[in-house]
Amino acid sequence: MPPLRDEPRPIFDWLFAVAVLAVAATYVRAIYFTPLEAAQGPAQKILYVHATAAFVGLYLCFGLVAVASLLYLWLKDEKLDRAAAAAAEVGVVFTTVVLCTGPLWGKPIWGAWWTWDARLTLTLFLWFVGVGYIILRGAVEEPQMRARFSAVLGILAALLVPFIHLSVYLFRTLHPMPILLKPSAPSMPGEMQLTFFMAFVAFTLLFAAFLRARYRLAVRADLLAAREEGLL
Amino acid sequence: MPADAVVRARPGLLRAALLIAAKDLAIELRTRSAILSALAFTLLAVVIFFFAWDATAVASIDLAPGVLWVIFTFSGLLALNRSFALEQNDRALDALLASPVDRESIFLGKALGNLVFVCLIQACAIPAVALFYNLPLTGVWPALLALTVAAAVGLVSVGTLFSAMATNTRMAELLLPMLALPFFVPVVMPAAQVTARLLAGRPMDEAWPWLRILLAFDLVFLVACTLAFPYTLED
Repeated sequence: MPPLRDEPRPIFDWLFAVAVLAVAATYVRAIYFTPLEAAQGPAQKILYVHATAAFVGLYLCFGLVAVASLLYLWLKDEKLDRAAAAAAEVGVVFTTVVLCTGPLWGKPIWGAWWTWDARLTLTLFLWFVGVGYIILRGAVEEPQMRARFSAVLGILAALLVPFIHLSVYLFRTLHPMPILLKPSAPSMPGEMQLTFFMAFVAFTLLFAAFLRARYRLAVRADLLAAREEGLL
Repeated sequence: MPADAVVRARPGLLRAALLIAAKDLAIELRTRSAILSALAFTLLAVVIFFFAWDATAVASIDLAPGVLWVIFTFSGLLALNRSFALEQNDRALDALLASPVDRESIFLGKALGNLVFVCLIQACAIPAVALFYNLPLTGVWPALLALTVAAAVGLVSVGTLFSAMATNTRMAELLLPMLALPFFVPVVMPAAQVTARLLAGRPMDEAWPWLRILLAFDLVFLVACTLAFPYTLED
């Protein structure tokens, strides 16, 4: 029977502390030390949270889910399953932030909380798939079956993305085009760019901290399950 | 040919798939439980949807494509739920897995059975919508039937795979819609858009970009789900 103590219990999560400080510093800089955007006013500041959360949630987290899922079916390593599960949960958290901050900005700027724009719709559907993924994991008890099922869903979800994007793009699109990551020079003053960069670093740190915490939890949950299995 | 030779002959991929589809359809034909409830559900939904809109404000020809394809997904879910639940009784799936057929054949057979089922329901839903919503079907129904088959291939590919997974979970039928519905978006949207253009008598050039998405979805997910299916079974 493996003792639960072989995974040291983190008393102080330094990574999480650094990430929280970085996020707080980004907020302070974004609110007090970054100039107001001429046309949008203070509403534009939500962009520092919104766009970075979208980057972390949609690209880092769901990208990691897809890669880890594919590798799991190949290598059958439970570490990959735990990484996919952790990334999916963190991804849903960040995507929820995106879906909450988006309407807050959309109401004053677009005049509507929600529009059926390509990016909005894709984000919403990825959120649905992410929630479905978490519910699926909760509904299967046997660990190997749970890992295989969620890996299959993770891969299919990655295949779904271009199709939803194409169909909603054909429908209509309204979302602002990328301002920073575009082929020509970024059309944003240097001070805003720096705040943006800070936000990216802070949110990526927060992502790493969440992911690590969630991964450790999965390790302990598996150990506990194995232990209970042994006792039964 | 001696009798034992027939028993030992290992059927090919498609032949085995046809056998499994025929088995599922034979069960359905004898019990008629799912097809009748799915048909009743479809007709009820067609009628109820009509009262959800103000018929004087929205022309029924604008409502019909959406109604038709939304009902298509929900009645499809009824068929898909049944697909693997059928194999749970007396652990029939174990016998199927022990039989000398490839797992890919099991998937294709199940999907083919579901395809026939879903197309049958849609073959009743289209005239029902045409009747209740007063649609001009003359001349467009062959295209509509072809569209139904194209949409159904995508629907049952994803749906059959998720059905196999969902029956093995604690939530069973509740889980299937949650997993499958987001995947039905690139099926329902093109199907509804093409239907709207067909009914309005627009040129096919306008429908082509949508059809391309639907056909690509069919191809990608039929292949991906066939390859993924063995991973959803016990090792």
